[in-house]
Amino acid sequence: MGQFYELNSAPGTRIRATTVAARWAFLDDPAVRQKLLDYADERQAQVTLRLPAIHCVACVWLLENLFKLHPGIGRSVVNFTRREAAITFAPDMIKLGELAALLASIGYEPELTFAETEKPKPSPLRKKQWLQIGLAAFAFGNIMLMSLPVYLGLDRFNGPWFRLLAGWLSLAMALPVVTFSASDFWRSAWWSLRQRRLTLEVPIALGLAAIYGQSFFEVLAQRGPGYCDSLTGLIFVLLCGRLFQQKTHECLTFDRDYKGFFPLAVIRKTPAGEESVAISRLQTGDRLVLRHGELLPADAKLVGGEACLDYSFVTGESEPVRCAPGAQLYAGGRQTGGRIEVETIRPVAQSRLAALWDNAAFRKRRDDDLDSLTNRYSRRFTKLVIGIALAAAVFWLFRDASKAVPVFTAVLIVACPCALALAAPLTHGTARRVLARLNLFVKNATVIERLAGVDTIVLDKTGTLTTADASGVWFQSTEDRRQQAELSAAEAQWIASLVGHSTHPHSVRIVKSLGAAALPVTGFRETPGGGIEGEIAGHKILLGSSDWLEERGIIYRSRSDAAQITSAKESEPPHVGSCSGVAIDAKFRGVFLLESTLRPEVEKLVAQFGGRFELALLSGDNEREAARFRKLFGERATLRFNQSPADKLEFIRELQQRGRRVMMAGDGLNDSGALRQADVGVAVVENLGAFSPASDVILGAAQLPQLAEVLAFSRQTARVVCAGIVISALYNLVGVSIAAAGLLAPMVCAVLMPLSSATVLAFTCGMTAWSGRRIFAAVKPPETPARPHPLLEPAMKPVEAA
Amino acid sequence: MSVILILILASLGVAVAFLVGFIWAVRNGQYEDTCTPAMRMLADEPAEKSPPPISKTKPSNP
Repeated sequence: MGQFYELNSAPGTRIRATTVAARWAFLDDPAVRQKLLDYADERQAQVTLRLPAIHCVACVWLLENLFKLHPGIGRSVVNFTRREAAITFAPDMIKLGELAALLASIGYEPELTFAETEKPKPSPLRKKQWLQIGLAAFAFGNIMLMSLPVYLGLDRFNGPWFRLLAGWLSLAMALPVVTFSASDFWRSAWWSLRQRRLTLEVPIALGLAAIYGQSFFEVLAQRGPGYCDSLTGLIFVLLCGRLFQQKTHECLTFDRDYKGFFPLAVIRKTPAGEESVAISRLQTGDRLVLRHGELLPADAKLVGGEACLDYSFVTGESEPVRCAPGAQLYAGGRQTGGRIEVETIRPVAQSRLAALWDNAAFRKRRDDDLDSLTNRYSRRFTKLVIGIALAAAVFWLFRDASKAVPVFTAVLIVACPCALALAAPLTHGTARRVLARLNLFVKNATVIERLAGVDTIVLDKTGTLTTADASGVWFQSTEDRRQQAELSAAEAQWIASLVGHSTHPHSVRIVKSLGAAALPVTGFRETPGGGIEGEIAGHKILLGSSDWLEERGIIYRSRSDAAQITSAKESEPPHVGSCSGVAIDAKFRGVFLLESTLRPEVEKLVAQFGGRFELALLSGDNEREAARFRKLFGERATLRFNQSPADKLEFIRELQQRGRRVMMAGDGLNDSGALRQADVGVAVVENLGAFSPASDVILGAAQLPQLAEVLAFSRQTARVVCAGIVISALYNLVGVSIAAAGLLAPMVCAVLMPLSSATVLAFTCGMTAWSGRRIFAAVKPPETPARPHPLLEPAMKPVEAA
Repeated sequence: MSVILILILASLGVAVAFLVGFIWAVRNGQYEDTCTPAMRMLADEPAEKSPPPISKTKPSNP
């Protein structure tokens, strides 16, 4: 493999040489540059770029050998899980823009979005966590080693000084663990006390303090080596549980807003010519040039060209909107077709799209942890434990005053809810792992608990339930007796060759359904908003809307006629979508019907939901498919069409005010508000690396049918957490009653605490994994598509239409 | 009886050495990315191991 990339043959550079260096020139703008660079001085600079194309070992190899491609590049280090490369370069030998162009030319186009320039660099929090765990493990192991002889009674051979030494050494080693490793527990316990909320951290902190205090006094009084082994072991296990719970899916981002959708730069037209400019520097009144497939970053007025904007990601409307010069265009639209020129009329941050993020739903901080099952339980638990401890202390005060303090601390120690604190993190951590195997990525552990409580499901239509691909294209011929019913192979080839020249979304779908063909086309002409025409193999072929065809003197059979033809044939009637007529040699041949198809198994999914949940469908699209979805969803479901992003958000809020717990599944920016407002927002994405709006769950589109099983699984998980809590409560009950009776020997205490943690650990992890296997038994894990290496991929992409 | 004291001190010394090693590894950033190094060793690399320091002169093997 290494030989393939022998760099003298420079295999990469020839393939996408079309990448224009000027496209990346905006990176050399000092303001943009400064925000992107991690570090810079005169001699060298370092930049971390997100390269979504990284997907295999060869990518890592190639990118880490970048220095062979250009003398100005030094060390480059790839982080595979984050799909990032940190590259050191000499800014006087290669500019940042040139570096980006070089990466793009070998197939690793850096993903640079508008959000990139505003994001603060991640803090090195993880290092501290590793240090905390390492220190706790060190102390745990060594203290245990010294405590063993004492537990086993072997210390009597060594005389009393050994006990003393072991005790003081243990205390010394436990001190940094208590102060540094456990610092987060103290902090959050203090925080929750100040907020007057009894979270689980309060009894944990009380327990830790009691154990250390007790150990200190026992060593001081030369009574024993204390319980530092249990203390450090407990902290170690708690930290491990926290790490397990916090482990995030690093290559995914769960909190993107519209800025993550926008590119970092656009082309601005100035009197001097065209230049690439960072979006953050756009001003009102700038002239922008958009080519096919480019995104409009700000509300603007169309100045030149025929705009055909695809707003499907922003509004949910699946049909592109055609606009004449002078029309107002909204941010987030994607131009399909030719090149247009626009003049911005509002700054980027004030566009109609950005206004959605001003909604209160985005400002509220979600107190995820405070309402969790564990914390609801711990509120009562904490009060109970302190009550019992005090009652026992008061009781012993009258009976035998010398025992009051030891009993008080013993109760606090034994009631330290270590097992309880572990139950939820371990269960949720295991559940997340099970779900990640199904291409379902959960933002954090508490989401699983919220999933379990869902009773209302709201679904978006465009892009979530439906998908636009080749499977929804139907050809309906006219009923003319002299013509064949279906397209002949030759005819299909002619049409495919013609349509291949157009970039209209309809054309792309028709080509997909017919299969690509490349016969020479002469006299190709595209009328934006009308249709396309051209001559292939001596036949003049027209394809377009009814009005356009009629203008050219072709008698067009209307869409309703076409539908009748089908029903007469008793084949499955296509649902009314959009259609394009075809004429060959001035004779009407038939129509292509393009419907948005339901994703496979959506019917089954909706049926599964129907019994158990309240269902609703929200769509930004118009009502043309209302009847079809009414049939699918049944009479009781709410169907709403023509919904703006704000309408969707409001709908969710109304449901919540009625006391419903809502799960919203959507895919576009238009669902962002609703996804954020909902108790659980599920973003459905075709491609996991691609943009997804802020959400709690990211779900691969192919896994959508499994959503019902996922909900069943999360309910099962909630039950496992409850069972874990009950088990640990039983341990605590036994321990506390022995302790309150004043009978707790150190040996029992030392055994009971790790035993309870170990039982809960084994039970929760085992049960979750088992129920995952049972529920998803029928579900095949998603296949990772065999992706060719970017360099091996032939240059298939058509050169962008100018 | 002092032999046990020597043993304890020796074991503690070894453990502390490992702890220091661990702290160095974490500080050094070895726990930042636990996935890529495993892939890095799979590539059968030619002799050149690490990039030369960035110099102003053109390297012999561009």
